[in-house]
Amino acid sequence: MKSREYQQIDPKALPTPTQSPPSHQHQAVGDDGRTPRRKWEVFPGKNRFFCDGRIMMARQSGVFPLTLGLILVTSGLFFIFDCPFLVKHLTSCIPAIGGVLFVFVLITLLQTSFTDPGILPRATPEEAADIERQIDDTGNASYRPPPRTKEVLINQQVIKLKYCFTCKMFRPPRTSHCSLCDNCVERFDHHCPWVGNCVGKRNYRFFYTFIVSLSFLTAFIFGCVTTHLALRAKGGKGLMFALQESPGSAVELAICFFSVWSILGLSGFHTYLVASNLTTNEDIKGSWSGKSGEAVTNPYSHKNIFINCCSVLCVPMPPSLIDRRGFLPADEPAQTSGVDLELPNPSTKSDINVCVQGPKGLLESAALTPLLATSCPQGKPQTALPCPENTSALNSDPSLELSQRCGGTHHNSKTYGSTSPPLPTKGRLQKHKRASSHTPRSTFDDHVSPSSHDGNHRSTDRGHRGAKFATLQ
Amino acid sequence: MAETHSLQDMRQQAAVAAKVFIQRDYSNGTMCQFQTKFPSELETKIDKQQFEETIRTLNNLYAEAEKLGSQSLIEGCLACLTAYTVFLCMETHYEKVLKKIAKYIQEQNDKIYAPRGLLLTDPIERGLRVIEITIYEDRSFSR
Repeated sequence: MKSREYQQIDPKALPTPTQSPPSHQHQAVGDDGRTPRRKWEVFPGKNRFFCDGRIMMARQSGVFPLTLGLILVTSGLFFIFDCPFLVKHLTSCIPAIGGVLFVFVLITLLQTSFTDPGILPRATPEEAADIERQIDDTGNASYRPPPRTKEVLINQQVIKLKYCFTCKMFRPPRTSHCSLCDNCVERFDHHCPWVGNCVGKRNYRFFYTFIVSLSFLTAFIFGCVTTHLALRAKGGKGLMFALQESPGSAVELAICFFSVWSILGLSGFHTYLVASNLTTNEDIKGSWSGKSGEAVTNPYSHKNIFINCCSVLCVPMPPSLIDRRGFLPADEPAQTSGVDLELPNPSTKSDINVCVQGPKGLLESAALTPLLATSCPQGKPQTALPCPENTSALNSDPSLELSQRCGGTHHNSKTYGSTSPPLPTKGRLQKHKRASSHTPRSTFDDHVSPSSHDGNHRSTDRGHRGAKFATLQ
Repeated sequence: MAETHSLQDMRQQAAVAAKVFIQRDYSNGTMCQFQTKFPSELETKIDKQQFEETIRTLNNLYAEAEKLGSQSLIEGCLACLTAYTVFLCMETHYEKVLKKIAKYIQEQNDKIYAPRGLLLTDPIERGLRVIEITIYEDRSFSR
């Protein structure tokens, strides 16, 4: 992990405001001296932006091209090889249903990948200094870094909020800092390399719809291909004959057979999470399982499955808090870690990635937000955590991992400052070994103490996911 | 009138004396709510009731934005059926309320805060983390 020195913010060193005229008339110019620069160009997180800030992804797209490729190839083969035969022998509803599912899957995948997952813009220098002032009330000369946790009471339960050294603020509850994207993400679920983006508050519903519709699509294609081959092999002709006549079906069969179980399992797992208003991060860490002996329950759960589902999937879509397409004011040079306000506000000079949205800008960016995704700058290839409840013996077929790996990166959230230790691998599948290599990559907060290993020795719990889900009913 | 400076004039003439940050209140969960505790720096500047009224109204507006009612339920189901493509065409409920909030803050600034040398910054410009209140030095106002 990179070691980071905490640097105290000296309020006296903050840039003093200048009395400039409304800065919206003067915008920072680009290299050519004419075009004004937009805020996404100086965004401090590790993201990639396209279409002039309308679309965003993680810096390293992970295996997103593979995901897209597998879906397109499988569906393409299905429409080319299986549909003509099935339309002739069965019904023409089959390509219709398949088409609808395919479009659904594609749209939700793109939305998951290209949407801002709920990134929190970094604190402005003034805010950060204010937090420090509040913490260090004694005002003594000897400097110490601010304490790492702050306690709040949520529904009669004590929750510890951690201080994010990168973003210079106390993280709200359920927010976690993604080390791949170098951003704090609200209601952080996991970083999914399959979609090349974090899954958080704003795109969880897209992600959930994606995996559910993908389960249906995979199961549908699997069923149709089996039917197709069975019909062809009828009359004693044999399976080999059928496969020779329709080679594409063989490929589809292989892909679907290996992926349907894991995708179905992942959908089931996330349905459980939605019904109990949990995030993957919290579930993996066992934040509310009471393992530490205290009587802790999930303070965010509404104790009602229907209300939990609604509060996760049907709550009004929150806005993007980072103003990607806003313009930088001209009076401040764009810093790599600072973004200036667009609005005439002389008191805030070098704001770090603040969201400034007038109503029009909000509407514009909001209209395009579903297509936006945060890109995650990952220097090394990520292996995502496998789907926790996938207990069947699976090989390392990449298509298999499509569904297995959406466990994603699990990052430290507000639980007690532990780095994620490697997962125990005994008695589990290869994918869990991959998971273990994955989890130590934690946040950049090197002040996090590695003392407590919480919730990561959960492989034994994985098998209980199905049971847990069943007991919820 | 000397007291009704436009905000831009004020910013051009006045220097920033201090900034006060009203932090989020998480006692009800992750909903966007701000603390109503009256900061000591504003004691000489504005009436406590007035300040609390402003914060309370803002909290109510944010609660309205995030409210899980029958309307949001219908919108959510409809959006799901269309693979959320309606978000590309429609302004979401949250955004409509954010516009209301922006208008309210503008109003409060014009009527109450600017005459007292204060400026409220819309929390959306700070990522809904804080309400930033800028205190201007009281040297350019003639009362």
